[in-house]
Amino acid sequence: MKRHPLAASIAISIGLIVLLGYFLPIPLLVLVRLELVQWAIILAGVAALVGIGNLIQVHFFKIRRRENGSAYSVILLVTMLATLLTGIMLGPAHVWMRFAVEIIILPVEASLMALLAVTLVYASIRLLRRRADWMTFVFLVTALFMLVASASLPLIGEIPVLSDWIRPWLMFGPAAGGTRGLLLGVALGALTTGLRALFAMDRPYGGK
Amino acid sequence: MSQSLGLGLVILATILLLALIFIKRKSQPVFREIAAFTRLRRAAGLAVEDGTRLHVSLGRGGLLSPRGAASFSGLALLRQLGEQTSISDRPPVATSGDAALAVLSQDTLRAAYQSAGAEELFQPANGRLAGMTPFSYAAGAMIITRQEQISTDVLIGDFGPEAALLAEAAEREHALLIAAASDPAAQAVLFASTSEPLVGEELFAAPAYIGNDAAHLASLQVQDILRWLIILALLAGAGLKLVGLP
Repeated sequence: MKRHPLAASIAISIGLIVLLGYFLPIPLLVLVRLELVQWAIILAGVAALVGIGNLIQVHFFKIRRRENGSAYSVILLVTMLATLLTGIMLGPAHVWMRFAVEIIILPVEASLMALLAVTLVYASIRLLRRRADWMTFVFLVTALFMLVASASLPLIGEIPVLSDWIRPWLMFGPAAGGTRGLLLGVALGALTTGLRALFAMDRPYGGK
Repeated sequence: MSQSLGLGLVILATILLLALIFIKRKSQPVFREIAAFTRLRRAAGLAVEDGTRLHVSLGRGGLLSPRGAASFSGLALLRQLGEQTSISDRPPVATSGDAALAVLSQDTLRAAYQSAGAEELFQPANGRLAGMTPFSYAAGAMIITRQEQISTDVLIGDFGPEAALLAEAAEREHALLIAAASDPAAQAVLFASTSEPLVGEELFAAPAYIGNDAAHLASLQVQDILRWLIILALLAGAGLKLVGLP
């Protein structure tokens, strides 16, 4: 198994400089941290180009092997290259580019958002069949209650006690407390995962 | 004050992590059973036997954002699943919604193949960028579940509510779905969409449960110790407030 001590030592050093630059208010350290973060942003931009290359490669192979659904790959490659060329030649502010965003990309994403709403309703209905326990019951009852309490009903408007007393209590009491608990757990997990990456115990860059 | 507290927490976590890794113990730490991870271990073995494929969706957590930690956890799990299933006829495929994450997923898969002694089987195209926006990523990853004989879909990383679309695609293909996300909105969506939901910090426990690496086991123990310290601090704060101290 090949090891890369140079890559690991560079990553550890830079990670420590950025971390210390965040916590310690030493001007030089802060300056170096900001410069390194700028480099990281440039590298992320280059990675975006590499990623697009990867996308083209994957779909090109699909077309060449005439895999199932390769017609979609043709559409993807043609539209992607056409958008890329138009953007390079006319600039991102040109009316055609705005047209592509406003008439094609935004409506497609909005349609998927609408599909998501239907999917969630369907998943909630199936939840009782999949996992019929008390947590499922609490989850569904709370979700339904919040929907009803948030809605403004015809003729009645907001439901008196539900909307102005129980809903805020539920939102800012148990729900906010539960969310904070989840976020604390996630933050602790993020801290230990970050430390593993910082000390090269996990090395997604160049193996271990 | 908050920066000093943060630095103190980082130093304490580092000391605990290094101590728990390097102290020689008679027995391995025992953690509670999590059904989703037991099923995932079994599914990884079955995928090799029946020639089906694992799909690991790493989400769209950019490595320059605070959400990158969830992506690192996903990469650690990908590494372990890659090692276990690399000799399969249909090797695992990883999709990402961030370009840098896609590059790292290729590197992680390559390392997994090297570790399993099967480097010649590695194909860079198995680490893919599926899309650059939340919904384009979901659309790109859903197609893989549908078209590439996926038996197990693993969603691990930073997702938004669009995770429901990926869960729906797995359900339609009768694939086993194991899903964990860092965002509370995605956690709620996945709670409704999966048979065995993973909530909160269980996302970061995945590498310790699937593999047997000392660093991952120690990291999980550090999380437990720090969680207890925070609980005690919260209780002490509440107690002090109750008796009227500032």
